[in-house]
Amino acid sequence: MTEPAATYLPRRLLAGLAALALLAFLLSLAIGPSGFGFGPPGAAGSLIFWEIRLPRALLGALVGATLGLAGAALQGYLRNPLAEPSLIGVSGGAALGAVLAIHLGIAQTLALALPIGGLLGAIAAMLAVVALAGLNGGPITLILAGLAVSATATALISLALNLSQNPFAAIEMVYWMMGSLADRSLTQVWLSAPLMLIGMGLLLVLGRALDALTLGEDAAVSLGIDARGTRLLIVAGTALSVGAATAVTGIIGFVGLLVPHALRPLTGHRPGLLLPASLLGGSILVLLADVALRLVQPWADLRIGVLTALIGAPFFIWLVLKTRRELAP
Amino acid sequence: MKLEARGLRVHLGGREVLKGVELAAEPGELTAVLGANGAGKTTLLRALAGLIPASAGEARLDRRPFRAWPRGALARCLAYLPQERTVHWALTARAVVGLGRLPHQRLGQAETAADRAAIEAAIEAMDIATLTARPVLEMSGGEKARVLLARALAQEPQALIADEPAAGLDPAHQLALFRHLTRFAARGRTVLVALHDLPLAARFCHKIVLIKAGAVLTSGAPANVLTRQHLGSAYDIDAEYRTIDGIATVLWRDGLP
Repeated sequence: MTEPAATYLPRRLLAGLAALALLAFLLSLAIGPSGFGFGPPGAAGSLIFWEIRLPRALLGALVGATLGLAGAALQGYLRNPLAEPSLIGVSGGAALGAVLAIHLGIAQTLALALPIGGLLGAIAAMLAVVALAGLNGGPITLILAGLAVSATATALISLALNLSQNPFAAIEMVYWMMGSLADRSLTQVWLSAPLMLIGMGLLLVLGRALDALTLGEDAAVSLGIDARGTRLLIVAGTALSVGAATAVTGIIGFVGLLVPHALRPLTGHRPGLLLPASLLGGSILVLLADVALRLVQPWADLRIGVLTALIGAPFFIWLVLKTRRELAP
Repeated sequence: MKLEARGLRVHLGGREVLKGVELAAEPGELTAVLGANGAGKTTLLRALAGLIPASAGEARLDRRPFRAWPRGALARCLAYLPQERTVHWALTARAVVGLGRLPHQRLGQAETAADRAAIEAAIEAMDIATLTARPVLEMSGGEKARVLLARALAQEPQALIADEPAAGLDPAHQLALFRHLTRFAARGRTVLVALHDLPLAARFCHKIVLIKAGAVLTSGAPANVLTRQHLGSAYDIDAEYRTIDGIATVLWRDGLP
């Protein structure tokens, strides 16, 4: 009658994922156009390591963790396996902020204007979502408010692209939105890392609430869950972590959808355990995708957002076929 | 712990659903709320679980109004089983029953020996030992009902509120459920259920609160509440309380014209 899996499964799963994430991080540090290894001896090697590979690996690990965790948290809160971080409008807001920074020409004069513009956009989007959806009420109001804010951001981004006099600025906006970990400095890492970490901290404490919400809102509240507090933590945690991540790297799609999906069966479908598992899984996916990009780079300069979309779309098709088989009479 | 409603009024979506309900469910007793569809049974139970606020009057547990109860302490004393048998993810029955221990656990804390003992006692009581490894989503309605009730029992509450716990159960499991609720109450716990099954209410409940259109029609012992006149008024049926072979039941002949 006891379930030994209940005790050893979480520890083994998380330890395994952590080991894989560490491996992916080291791989990301070791691989680049200048060859395999932690940099040739001398000033150039040291420069490559500190200025190029370390920021890239750190960002990959943090952004992947953020997207995986936020995806798992939103799927758990909304009790919808199709939810992903961009659903509540924060990535759209961040993209709009960055696009405006380019459009208004601030990005050309001030290097940090892009990430700061992205952050301000993400915060504005979060406030708009909270104002629209309120702190009471069910998941559906949150989804609708997120869609409304996303739609507004998309419309304004199109307007900025349309009005752009300078074709180079337009191309810069489009490239930025495809998402990239390349050519980011340690300054950008230090700017975004604290916000991502705080946001992830807010989401990680939600494990119990998400487990309880498995039984529906009334049962969860009767188990001692604070419904308003949970909603506030979900929105604030996603906005801070995903907002900061998107502000620095642009939009890297599908990670938040794909990672929780892939890991859910391994966690016994428990939404609480899925949070740390998806955090690690997101890191692994983004770090490995970025390593793969550097391996194909001599032939094609691909952006990571494009690659994750290329991985994500077939995954989605597989999901459709699997669901169809399950629902077949 | 005594559950009480005193002059309880509740508004939902601008409509007054409860219009000054008086109710007392005592420790050691099995109390049932009966009434026709839409009479306000679920709203009354939700208010008595502290899930919706009173617009006037109050709902209390252990002489303390719900707003004065800290969230965690309330969850350790009172379990609520909703009518909807919702389980959103493909959790196993064992994991679902384990959710009942959440109020007793701190963040990130693993199951203690006390948790495991409570979970296994609940699994035993609901006769679901053979189901524990199966995902609840794949279960029949009756199996799911027993798993979810085991979740509420694993919470080890002083007061249990269950909305239609017998719906969808086969006769053997209905009897087993009510025998268990009776034993649970006999240990000094308060049990409040909403029911549609009049014979089960007549046979097992100590006290019945019959409601009609958001107000109490009458309350008391089954023999006094389930009279022809009251049943006619509450349900529009021609029915009455009978004892057959020493078992109390309700016979209904027809709807009222």
